Amino acid sequence: MSSHTGTHEDENLPGERETAHGEVANRENPFADPGLPPHEPRKQDIDERAAKRSERTVALLFTVSMLATIGFIASYVIFPIDQMVTIWPLGKISALNFSLGMTLGIALFCIGAGAVHWGRTLMSDHELIGERHPIEADEETKQKVLADFHQGAKESQIGRRKLVRNTMFGALALVPLSGVVLLRDLGPLPEDKLRHTAWAKGKMLVNQNTGEPLRPEDITVGTLAFAQPEGLEEGSHDFQKEIAKAAVMLVRLEPNDIKDKRELDWSHEGIVAFSRICTHVGCPVTLYEQQTHHVLCPCHQSTFDLADGARVIFGPAGHPLPQLRISVNDEGYLVAEDDFAEPVGPTFWERG
Amino acid sequence: MSTTSEAPKRRGKAPAGERVADWADGRLGIYGLAKANMRKIFPDHWSFMLGEVCLYSFIIIILTGVYLTLFFHPSMAEVTYHGAYVPMQGVHMSEAYASTLDISFDVRGGLLMRQIHHWAALVFLVGMFVHMMRVFFTGAFRKPREINWLFGFLLLVLGMFTGFTGYSLPDDLLSGTGIRFMEGAVLSVPVVGTYLAFFIFGGEFPGTEIIPRFFVAHVLLLPGIMLGLVVAHLILVFYHKHTQFAGPGRTEKNVVGMPLLPVYMAKAGGFFFLVFGIIAIISATFTINPVWVLGPYRPDQVSTNAQPDWYMGFSEGLIRAMPGWEIVLPGGYTLALGVFIPLMIFPLILAAIAVYPFIESWVTGDKREHHILDRPRNAPTRTAFGMAWLSLYFVCLIGGGNDLWATHFHLSINAITWFVRIGFFAVPVITFIVTKRICLGLQRRDREKVLHGRESGIIKRLPHGEFVEVHEPLSQEQLHTLTAHEQYKPLEIGPEVDENGVARKVGRVQKLRARLSRGYYGEGNQIPKPTVEEYKELTSGHGH
Repeated sequence: MSSHTGTHEDENLPGERETAHGEVANRENPFADPGLPPHEPRKQDIDERAAKRSERTVALLFTVSMLATIGFIASYVIFPIDQMVTIWPLGKISALNFSLGMTLGIALFCIGAGAVHWGRTLMSDHELIGERHPIEADEETKQKVLADFHQGAKESQIGRRKLVRNTMFGALALVPLSGVVLLRDLGPLPEDKLRHTAWAKGKMLVNQNTGEPLRPEDITVGTLAFAQPEGLEEGSHDFQKEIAKAAVMLVRLEPNDIKDKRELDWSHEGIVAFSRICTHVGCPVTLYEQQTHHVLCPCHQSTFDLADGARVIFGPAGHPLPQLRISVNDEGYLVAEDDFAEPVGPTFWERG
Repeated sequence: MSTTSEAPKRRGKAPAGERVADWADGRLGIYGLAKANMRKIFPDHWSFMLGEVCLYSFIIIILTGVYLTLFFHPSMAEVTYHGAYVPMQGVHMSEAYASTLDISFDVRGGLLMRQIHHWAALVFLVGMFVHMMRVFFTGAFRKPREINWLFGFLLLVLGMFTGFTGYSLPDDLLSGTGIRFMEGAVLSVPVVGTYLAFFIFGGEFPGTEIIPRFFVAHVLLLPGIMLGLVVAHLILVFYHKHTQFAGPGRTEKNVVGMPLLPVYMAKAGGFFFLVFGIIAIISATFTINPVWVLGPYRPDQVSTNAQPDWYMGFSEGLIRAMPGWEIVLPGGYTLALGVFIPLMIFPLILAAIAVYPFIESWVTGDKREHHILDRPRNAPTRTAFGMAWLSLYFVCLIGGGNDLWATHFHLSINAITWFVRIGFFAVPVITFIVTKRICLGLQRRDREKVLHGRESGIIKRLPHGEFVEVHEPLSQEQLHTLTAHEQYKPLEIGPEVDENGVARKVGRVQKLRARLSRGYYGEGNQIPKPTVEEYKELTSGHGH
């Protein structure tokens, strides 16, 4: 145990353990440490036949491991990569993955089991005692180190020549700034990029599944239709970035059911278009309850009421889904009247 | 060691092994190292294996991870898939996702390596978590091991983020959703959130930079730091020598167990193969993260039951349970508290367990080294705190899987969310109280056992008809083991005035410390262990 600091703070500490190890049974103190109990021999220590059995078991395990490795190589050669097999109770699984994994697993496991069995039954199991030594240096060593340090510090004159010291600290403090500045080009500045999407006045709403422009009659009561702006091609350079903001969903409501006045104004014959990007952390909202007109985000269960301005009625989202104002163009296709009036997706500091 | 004229002359050459060792010793000083360590003593207890599980799964992750880098392309360039997996042929996807499909369907054994890598990562994090709990509940974090506790804690945190960056790499629908979540969380940071998000993603979400950047973090930066920490962790384990439980012959000044060579080497070395073998067999039989089912990531698509890997689940629970508070400040700025508060609680929960050793040592004022482990019952307040922390963790974990709970147990998702909101505050308090009562009860039972012996199960009928159970007295080994623990006395700040009647200055910090100390060790917060006198009094008079 380390030396006590000797202040009054130690008074609440319990005393040192009363007994040192190895003390023989003590009649005065029945709780005293009786010392290590005598070693009890194992079967293998006494009976050479038992020891032989252990030896054979270990050797058998190592042999099985060797066979399993050969099995691994054979499986690699034999099984085509696309062959499926039905193995109870796992069902239909890849023959190659199963055979490679099992043979590798057995090869490894048997090495481990053999080594542990060897260690437990054949190697000596006499408990040994090692001494611990306090980690803290003795006083003499400590004084020597401190003296060396003061000597070194004195010889460097760092304490005496404050100008050198302070300018050195200044230089060392400034130099990492270069590294920070270099990080500037990790990305462009946000500017107003989060405020704009691919939607604009007159852009047709395109069905995401068919790629065809949507007409009002395509939107039937009780279904959720997914749309994207015309001209957005999957696989194109900007597709992921644009769809991350522009994805909308359409539902047809009874105009009388729409409780929010602006929602009604921005709808067309009861068809409303809302951003699909959840205002919580940006998952796409996909689950629609047609009776209640609630939509649910499957990630964190934010629930929005599409009949009431997509108001949040449950969950961690902080504000409604933005609505896209729509109408119909001369050819009878649904079009956007404008971009979203507010940023879509998760809230951010400058959102306002 | 160099030969001198005094060295005994040997006939002929030394054996080859010895000559190699001599050569190495002349350059590395290995004999000096081996002298101290070759027969180093390691105590034996099943719970000491938990750290080994972590070390071995870490090695397995590195081995399989190196293999995976040979085939994985960390690129978000859009390609059209033409590989062996028919359902995805002709689908647009990133190169990262396509190469993950190739590893799974075109590289023989690639799927096995992927699955071993992922399973081992789950085992690694479970292992670290349970190992940390073992260290916590047995008080193994006490001096001199506080720094090693912090190293271990850092490994857990880095392991979580290495796992997150790892399962994000395939760029499948699920992992992309996780990255989207991260973007939303970063955006919620006041003032700099949008800038941070644009710098992390190299522009707007998702951009084309995040997978390559995650890749570098996942294969180089984070595991590099972790490897260094693992080495430091192990060096300190060697240097401090392992802790041991109290028992006959075991003291604070010794370490009792088996020598490194041969027993510990056989058992620990063998255990590596056991862990690797079991993970390989699991990977052969149970599919993990079947990214081919999920499809490539598109920001406008999502699968239901979107769940992170388990170790990220508690942060998910925080974000799901938090009400959607949003405050628009004058000037047109928005505080997204509904996301930002959980984002801040996440590190705070982790920090609470990390700093605990320092709080406890401050309360006890104990500056001595501790090498004998506590039984959890003998440190009721610590154990109660640990259980309260665990219960908080599991409440959050329930929140993180609220949709799974709802669908599997036919519960209302709203009800579960409300349970998490209330439970977040209530469950840890209840757990703390209950755990402390249980610990004190177990202490009483130990006290009974020491004073009155072990219940033998033998019922004796006395001449006058009374039935009694025969209690067998404990052996001295058992008596010693059950009474070896130390009991602190609560810290007293002393009288308000000193002996001269002058008011003493007692700082607020000191008062808090005294109060905490009473809470730890005061009356009713620990059961006094039996004394020799009590034992003698009970055993001398009547022998039952």
